[in-house]
Amino acid sequence: MKKILTGNAAIALGAYAAGAQVAAAYPGTPSTEILEEIAANYGAEIYAEWSVNEKIAFEVAFGAALGGKRALAAMKHVGVNVAADALMTAAYTGVNAGLVLISADDPGMHSSQNEQDNRYYARLAKVPMLEPADSQEAHDFTRLAFELSERFDTPVMVRATTRVCHGKGVTETTPRALPPPRPYQKNAAKYVMIPAYARQRHALMESRRAEWAAYAETFAGNRIEAGDPALGIISSGVAYQYAREACPEASFLKLGFTHPLPTELIQRFAGQVRRLYVVEELEPYLEEHVRLLGLEVTGKAVVPRIGELSPEAVREALGLGPSRVTVAVPADLPRRPPVLCPGCPHRGLFHVLKKLKATVSGDIGCYTLSVLPPLEMMDTCVCMGASIGAAQGLVRALDDERAGRVVAVLGDSTFLHAGLPSLVNAVYNRAPITVVIADNRTTAMTGQQDNPGTGQTLLGQATHQVDFEAIARAVGVEHVAIMDPMDIEPAEAVLRDAMAFPGPSVVIARRACVFVDRQQYDGALSVDADKCTRCRSCIRIGCPAISLGPESAVVDGNLCLGCELCAAVCPHDAFLRAATREAV
Amino acid sequence: MNANPTTDVLFAGVGGQGTVLASAILANLCLSAGYDVKQSEVHGMAQRGGSVTSHVRFGSRVWSPTIPAGEADFLVGFELLEGLRMIGSLAPDGVALVNTQRIDPITVASGATQYPEDAGEQILARSPRAVLVDAFAIARAAGNPRATNMALLGALSAHLDISLDLWEDGIRGRVPPKTFAANWAAFSAGRELGSTSQGRH
Repeated sequence: MKKILTGNAAIALGAYAAGAQVAAAYPGTPSTEILEEIAANYGAEIYAEWSVNEKIAFEVAFGAALGGKRALAAMKHVGVNVAADALMTAAYTGVNAGLVLISADDPGMHSSQNEQDNRYYARLAKVPMLEPADSQEAHDFTRLAFELSERFDTPVMVRATTRVCHGKGVTETTPRALPPPRPYQKNAAKYVMIPAYARQRHALMESRRAEWAAYAETFAGNRIEAGDPALGIISSGVAYQYAREACPEASFLKLGFTHPLPTELIQRFAGQVRRLYVVEELEPYLEEHVRLLGLEVTGKAVVPRIGELSPEAVREALGLGPSRVTVAVPADLPRRPPVLCPGCPHRGLFHVLKKLKATVSGDIGCYTLSVLPPLEMMDTCVCMGASIGAAQGLVRALDDERAGRVVAVLGDSTFLHAGLPSLVNAVYNRAPITVVIADNRTTAMTGQQDNPGTGQTLLGQATHQVDFEAIARAVGVEHVAIMDPMDIEPAEAVLRDAMAFPGPSVVIARRACVFVDRQQYDGALSVDADKCTRCRSCIRIGCPAISLGPESAVVDGNLCLGCELCAAVCPHDAFLRAATREAV
Repeated sequence: MNANPTTDVLFAGVGGQGTVLASAILANLCLSAGYDVKQSEVHGMAQRGGSVTSHVRFGSRVWSPTIPAGEADFLVGFELLEGLRMIGSLAPDGVALVNTQRIDPITVASGATQYPEDAGEQILARSPRAVLVDAFAIARAAGNPRATNMALLGALSAHLDISLDLWEDGIRGRVPPKTFAANWAAFSAGRELGSTSQGRH
């Protein structure tokens, strides 16, 4: 049946068709919807879970594959960094039932902290890799990846990118077929990687690589599309779509199986064309291989290495001229950056931290948006969980006055993902930092997924709810406090105390994300124009529902939920609360 | 006739305005009408009240999921500034249908920059086939201020060779049953307005 599917839905359906029975992931754009699709539509047939981080997700899938069930782990590109430890050695053990790792890369960094090219992970781990270019291939390649995993006894990586994951295309799907059973058999020499066994496995893996390479030569997804022999383009993934559109007359070598690469096919193609280009997003992954073959090729010398490509970028790179005359866009239009939502509890937290002149070691989540004006309250943010570790370094380096104001801020889900060991480190090494767990009861940035703090699993089962206060006390934090970040006066006192504490302290800033509980506030506020002096105190909290009108500050009643943070910061008592207004 | 055999529609707006729903309705219709179709947008951080775009392309065969700059046949702007921001995506003979609604970005609300007061005039000056649509007023008159996106889709529909029946089915399948009448009224009013600016298609 033909449907319009996102690449992520197509990956989910591909896994379903392949008879996968276990799927695990940690949410991360652009990969999140893969597990959501599986849980929502096939939860009865595929066990699906949000794991606490990507390493665990991969390990769960690995164990399931060993146990005899086809299993999938999905993650964003940087998630593979977290899972890499397990991946590198799972490549040695191989699998029993098929094991597929989906890496969803984010060229252009639409919602990521870097744009690393994860194709190198396939080369580094020495695992086969498939690269879909649209939803149909996302479906077909995911399904195929399970077969290849079993055939070659190795985890197989499927590398997609944002435009594949979140792009929609017409997709023909395949019904589910369970593969023949593969009962678990204890085999320590295969699955226990002590050095003696690992040496054997590494040698075996190397010997198998020739099989994969032979497969790459004949795989139908690696194909020559003969066109004008004057111009030959080697491409893969969504870059192929851009290049096809930009150069409809050219000859193409379209690659779908990109590790190991089909050496003979590349040489044959090169022999058929007069000028050879590689068009790929990000790093010269394909180009380097083509060069190793001694072929003359142009790639990153002209094709941008930064950000996403586009048909017009390809045309320009290949000297085919700009696509079209475009209408000039006026310069210096006001930017519209993403913002913390109206009613977001993080706004209260960062308002207070600003007042306390904190140096904020930040982390990955909605709260990272506090870096932008007008709050401008983040000093560093690099990766999941780094806030606590970096804070421990900062206090060793800053002068005493500033060191006393170092606060690590990270979300509930991020804390559990990678912050917990770092908190143990802070206690162990007696680092005088304050850690704020911004507990908004959800994994918000990726679209409100459950996590161990919410007490519910991906499949909707009630489960133990992690107690952050008990965790902090159990690892030895002596100063632990809980506060409501929107009740700013007590919150300020709580944070001041925690920052003054001579050892590591933890503050749990607890209030639900407005998408988790939309009824928590009483409704839109308004402004008493007679009282408002346009002093801008409310403007400085950066709420999208408030703007400065010609007479007074103005609240957009359609956006405002009634969190009353503006009223709390207003020195002139100019905000009318929903209840007050009704009484008037 | 465009050298590119696809019809390209770019939706531009502010995160949370419903551009994704509008583009999904169109993309599904295109499949029903027998076209190859691709739709592309980004999720995640971009949705937190920032500028958003959604690309829908259909034709006998679509390659790139995104519309090359200067090749959009239609620009559907859900907000004035966002319409103006994306005007460069429009083909010189393309049609811009831009909602007159104004939403101040945080950079304006905070007083750091000014909203271009003449955004509408700037759009009209740059695109000879631009139409400013008071989609909010249309939706309100139709009985549902939230049906702004339907009014804009209606205006777009007047330019596309897709049957009214398919539009009706497509919208019916995507909105809550109780709201269909108001949504359809907004769509129809938008379509009437769009047909007065009809040209090429």
